[in-house]
Amino acid sequence: MADEREPGRGSVHPSVHVDGEVVATKRVGGYRHLTLTAPGVPERFRAGNFVAVSVEGHVARRALWVHRVRASSAFGPTLDVVVEARGSGTAWLAAQPVGARIAITGPLGRPFALPKDAVSCLLVGEGYAAAPLFPLAERLRERGCAVSLVVSAPDEARLLSALEARRSARSVTVLTADGSVGQRGTVADHADDLVRRSDADVVYAAGPHAVLRSAAAAAERAGAWSQVAVEVPTPCGTGLCHGCPLPVVGEDGVERVVRACAEGPVVRGDRVRWDDL
Amino acid sequence: MSALTSAGLPGPVMVASGCGGTGRELEPYAGPEGLVGLDLVTRSITLDARAGGPGPRVVEVPGGLVNAVGLPNPGLEHFLATELPWLVRAGARVLVSIAGSTMGEYADLARRLSRAPGVAGLEVNVGAPDEVGAGLFEVREPFHSASVIAAVRREFPSDRPVLAKLRPDVSRIVEGARSCHEAGATAVVIGNAVPAAFPDGRAGGLSGPAVAPIALRCVAEVHRALPDLPTVGCGGVHDLRSANAYLDAGASAVQVGTALLHDPTTVARLRAALAPAAGTGPGRRPVPDPRPEENR
Ligand SMILES: Cc1cc2nc3c(=O)[nH]c(=O)nc-3n(C[C@H](O)[C@H](O)[C@H](O)COP(=O)(O)OP(=O)(O)OC[C@H]3O[C@@H](n4cnc5c(N)ncnc54)[C@H](O)[C@@H]3O)c2cc1C
Ligand SMILES: Cc1cc2nc3c(=O)[nH]c(=O)nc-3n(C[C@H](O)[C@H](O)[C@H](O)COP(=O)(O)O)c2cc1C
Ligand code: FES
Repeated sequence: MADEREPGRGSVHPSVHVDGEVVATKRVGGYRHLTLTAPGVPERFRAGNFVAVSVEGHVARRALWVHRVRASSAFGPTLDVVVEARGSGTAWLAAQPVGARIAITGPLGRPFALPKDAVSCLLVGEGYAAAPLFPLAERLRERGCAVSLVVSAPDEARLLSALEARRSARSVTVLTADGSVGQRGTVADHADDLVRRSDADVVYAAGPHAVLRSAAAAAERAGAWSQVAVEVPTPCGTGLCHGCPLPVVGEDGVERVVRACAEGPVVRGDRVRWDDL
Repeated sequence: MSALTSAGLPGPVMVASGCGGTGRELEPYAGPEGLVGLDLVTRSITLDARAGGPGPRVVEVPGGLVNAVGLPNPGLEHFLATELPWLVRAGARVLVSIAGSTMGEYADLARRLSRAPGVAGLEVNVGAPDEVGAGLFEVREPFHSASVIAAVRREFPSDRPVLAKLRPDVSRIVEGARSCHEAGATAVVIGNAVPAAFPDGRAGGLSGPAVAPIALRCVAEVHRALPDLPTVGCGGVHDLRSANAYLDAGASAVQVGTALLHDPTTVARLRAALAPAAGTGPGRRPVPDPRPEENR
């Protein structure tokens, strides 16, 4: 399928390390949406890229998906991230007020590969990790692809609002594990059905490993390609430390361990050795 | 001229082994000149390819990181065919870090690297925090590291530097540095990550600001005992002040590791701040650190 190899790397679209600033912050359900300036990052962004941010008092960086970029605003180009406060770093980030300065590196990682032709695409995202699927949906629609979007979450508080995506998607399905909104169930429960109904040629998935794995498996059963955005802890996020092992099978059939932040985070779903992850 | 400069290494800022990716990933952050003239120590290269250890490989602790990455690298052959030529083309001054499970492997690595174009020097990793776990030649006594250095020195041209990288073990460091010097090391790098454990007890190495005072003590003691042996300070360097602490203690250069993982522009900033003023030879300019309040 799909070919946009090596974007964001090498000298074509080099990433930058800049001082960013929080220009807006908003609580949405269980998440905190931050709008940030980060000169040079929005301009280079492709759907599926992430940013690495510094957290006060911590050496390791925190990775965040880019949810949205605006080419211009009152603050110039901006990017949005969605933060779920869980540990020390995400709690610190979620508490940052407007005007706070944050060191940001990005855009990082391999983005989603886009199909050359106008094919049918199923996009499946769970929790905050559905964030990168929204800019992806826009790009796919620009290419004339039929986009079916599935947004899932354990409960309503952790469901990303799909309202804005309705412009880019032909259909939007909402799944919650507790049935608080939309259909009840998990991606694993519905994956085959979703792939069939969307008649997908390509399945894009972002979320916990179980979601990615079931989406990739359903794609394979239906003869579709899959692209999965894999999260593993990324101490630096920039490819420098080799601390983010992602076990894969290479194009040549040889088992390898690659860096999730540099050779991923988006990889072909049929290449991941899920049992070794 | 500092002792290291006369030995063919300008310094005073180098990229520490294992913290610069393959070099390529550092280039966007390396400043206006990119990698040109940058003293870059590669991650440790072994004869055969290594996949590295299981995750988590790196975890955060107060003041630093604990790592057990397991020396992932493509093996010497692949390194010579792909990564080294790229680094040389990019203009870096490449010091290849080597690690082996036997003395013979170290010698073999040195011999083959001596013929590879563009290798400015070698750094011999003889102080890894968990050699046994990593399957490396175990250095318990100073003569162990000295015999590795001697074996490497025999295979590597004498006009190019061989650096011995030692762990910052205060009780043994002077003895270790002296025996490596006598065995032919051009300089000693002090030190590696400090033997430590992950929160679950697994063996690893501690790096970052927390280890700086330990390595600094080692550098100071080695410099006092062996003033003619060039030393390179390594451990927790992240700003001008932490770099200057080593240089003031007698180090000829510093290496930056963990700080690059936090801010990939660290080396570019330190290089600019410590660049030799034109015509006056290498040395420190009394410039303020452009970012004294690093978050860490
Ligand atoms: C590519 C990528 C994109 C991400 N995007 C988002 C996002 O858009 N929104 C969001 O809220 N979170 C996102 N995450 C997860 C987020 O980076 C982690 O939850 C966060 O690093 C945990 O940090 P903490 O300080 O809150 O937790 P702590 O428990 O304090 O973290 C301790 C250490 O473990 C690491 N760590 C622990 N769990 C994870 C994990 N699941 N993934 C990665 N690192 C972990 C941390 O980086 C840190 O070094 C993403 C992770 C990756 C790899
Ligand atoms: C993720 C990581 C990987 C490392 N890999 C190597 C390596 O391959 N060879 C080596 O000699 N040292 C390696 N080190 C040690 C560093 O080069 C350095 O000596 C040590 O971390 C102390 O310096 P610092 O505090 O600036 O990081 C590694 C350190 C880290 C954090
Ligand atoms: S997180 Fe450091 S190399 Fe991927």
